[in-house]
Amino acid sequence: MDIVSILPQQLVFGLALGTVYGLIAIGYTMVYGVLFMINFAHGEVFMIGAYIGWGVLSGLLAVGVGGLHPAWVLPIMLLPAMLACGLLGTGLERFAYRPLYARGATRLGPLISAVGASIFLQNAVMLSQGARMKVYMTNFLFPRGWRFEVFGVSVSVLLIVVAAVALLMMWGLHFLVQRTTLGRAIRAVAEDREMAAIMGVDVNRVVATTFFLGSALGGAAGVLIGLYYTQIDFFMGFSAGLKAFTAAVLGGIGNIKGAMLGGLLLGVIESLAVTFMDPAYKDVIAFLVLILVLTFRPEGLLGESLADWRRI
Amino acid sequence: MLELRDVVTYYGPIPALKGISLTVDQGEIVCLLGGNASGKSTTMKTILGVVRPHRGSVSFEDDRIDGLPPQAIVRRGIALVPEARRLFGRMTVLENLAMGAYTRRGAAPNELEADRERVFALFPRLAERAQQVAGTLSGGEQQMLAIGRALMARPRLLLMDEPSMGLSPAFVDQVFDIIQTINRQGVTILVVEQNAVVALGIANRGYVLQNGRMVAADTAATLLAADHIRRAYLGEI
Repeated sequence: MDIVSILPQQLVFGLALGTVYGLIAIGYTMVYGVLFMINFAHGEVFMIGAYIGWGVLSGLLAVGVGGLHPAWVLPIMLLPAMLACGLLGTGLERFAYRPLYARGATRLGPLISAVGASIFLQNAVMLSQGARMKVYMTNFLFPRGWRFEVFGVSVSVLLIVVAAVALLMMWGLHFLVQRTTLGRAIRAVAEDREMAAIMGVDVNRVVATTFFLGSALGGAAGVLIGLYYTQIDFFMGFSAGLKAFTAAVLGGIGNIKGAMLGGLLLGVIESLAVTFMDPAYKDVIAFLVLILVLTFRPEGLLGESLADWRRI
Repeated sequence: MLELRDVVTYYGPIPALKGISLTVDQGEIVCLLGGNASGKSTTMKTILGVVRPHRGSVSFEDDRIDGLPPQAIVRRGIALVPEARRLFGRMTVLENLAMGAYTRRGAAPNELEADRERVFALFPRLAERAQQVAGTLSGGEQQMLAIGRALMARPRLLLMDEPSMGLSPAFVDQVFDIIQTINRQGVTILVVEQNAVVALGIANRGYVLQNGRMVAADTAATLLAADHIRRAYLGEI
């Protein structure tokens, strides 16, 4: 197949995948916004979301409700994954990070704790679920042949659903952050913690809620990626996490719109790059982007400079 | 209404307040004077619970409030117009006012609307700029918004930290007029100022802080008349 004819295909794929990167990236960027810390355990939250979605889907199929319409099954998978991941994120903040920053640790302390939490969660999943990969039985929900063609580009229904769910969630989050009292409180804490407290905001609670929201979106992304790639394992959070982190930095860390934009861009860059080179280099592209952004535009496209870690 | 008794506050190993006492009675305008690093802002932060006193007590309307977190203290009816405004610069004027009313989340929307209109009546300029992002306002407009934001909490006690700082002389007069108007509407005011003559001009009583100690406390008129006070703390030669 010649390159020109598969470009549109790759572009669509990149955009769809990019929405999911964006969804994970939001978790990094929101936490950075309120705490100035990179929650490196976020990739593992995403991975656990994928496992929960897998568990629910397998359970549903085992009790013979495989005939349910995907429009029902998808929310039944997403909701527990989001809830559990939200609570997991809140737990991480409460027990792995807050004890450190509440005692005035530098920003390095919680960061190292996050790496520890990440290793802990990986091993917990490996020990409880086994090291072998699990397989999403996506075919029962979205049969492989379920595709349609737009302008010569063949798109699977699954890909559209994945992108649509991711976009819907981003829209929901955007609405929450921009239009609600809670969202205003989150923005106030991100901008000036002390003044937010003086306005009457319970800062600890807002930080915990931020972790909940970001982690819930990460969990949803886990389900979506699980459905799409069908194979999951305990280590999947590592590279997905690093890529989403790249997306967050690319868009401007701390900036929610930036995370969405960065995710889309990274998805497109990655999928276009593999059109021109060996797909084995796919992961290298993401980290090349990370290095280039940190070197030449550390503040990302829309945001704050990571090189300017004043509090370390 | 507000009483600080023998308050000692440390920043790390450094004592910022070395046992200060101060009272503000219902309906008063009380002025807290002193030079740089005399402990004025620390006093404000101690009242608000942003820093905790190591010794002594802070009471508001006969309840001890020292040791409470800031959000619990402001919910009791204390609001702050902070030094250097400290608006939420990325939010609009309306959003900043909404943040000011954060403690009143249960209030009826039309009640909040009425309070917003009251703020706009005090500062018509803010109404014109309602949708503008606060970070892009001029210094004077920012000060109006900082005052408006604090009023949205419907405080019974308003703390003002250097409200005249960085403002043009004409606007300083306007701000102090507004402080008096707010006071006449029933809000008790504790104002920290370096601009002592103007501040004492509208205050009932004043305190003078130096190096974390209260060195003078009297009626505003007496402080204004006392030569040694004028020379040492009010910037006159």
